[in-house]
Amino acid sequence: MVTQITSFGRSGLYDWMMQRVSAIVLSLYTVFILGYLVMNPDLTYDQWSALFEATWMRIFTLMTLLSIGVHSWIGLWSISTDYLKATGVRFFFQSLCGLAMFVYITWGIQVLWGL
Amino acid sequence: MIDHSIDKNGVRVVNKKRPVNLDIATISMPVTATVSILHRVTGVILFVGLAFLFYAFDLSLDSQEGFDQVVNALQTSFIAKFIIWGIVSALMYHFVAGIKHLFMDIGYFEELESGQLAAKANLVIAAILILVVGVWIW
Repeated sequence: MVTQITSFGRSGLYDWMMQRVSAIVLSLYTVFILGYLVMNPDLTYDQWSALFEATWMRIFTLMTLLSIGVHSWIGLWSISTDYLKATGVRFFFQSLCGLAMFVYITWGIQVLWGL
Repeated sequence: MIDHSIDKNGVRVVNKKRPVNLDIATISMPVTATVSILHRVTGVILFVGLAFLFYAFDLSLDSQEGFDQVVNALQTSFIAKFIIWGIVSALMYHFVAGIKHLFMDIGYFEELESGQLAAKANLVIAAILILVVGVWIW
């Protein structure tokens, strides 16, 4: 039996649920941002920065950032355990994914609160 | 369905000499499998594509100049347009396939016929969205 110590929540059911919860957050954000860009074809910097200065947008965006981390980790973890059979290679790939995911979240937080 | 034979003790056992075809190249991918693997492929593309999105996000909120730079690149540079089209296309596919997945979680499209139909619909809807996004970008 494989001990799934590197999955996100250490339980398949928890991962399954988190993948869906994060998917819903990500899809709502996708629809919102694409809708916003479509409806504001002449978007200005002032409008754009005012959007991300609003508290609700920061909450929504931070939620999305965390969802990106959770969702991509569970997805890439599943893919790596399916296709990368050598432990060393898989560990390296998962480490790289974990690092990238952490960089993305930190970068996003910095952009949001660095205004 | 399963081949049985009687072993020397008179017990029914599954006949292990059933034909096995593991030559992947000779097995044609069912449409459902194609849709599934594309869900994974687009997921990986999105993870890599995020680097470009974060870069543009950072630059666009950094200053007026940065914002202008992003807008300008997306309006004039073919490479920038192509990259954002690629990422948004992957997103559209992944989005549609994800919604199909959620429907399957609650019990729809699980039969052979409905499953294949949903997989085809997934491809068609994603293709339309990708075209629309292309028109929007160019």
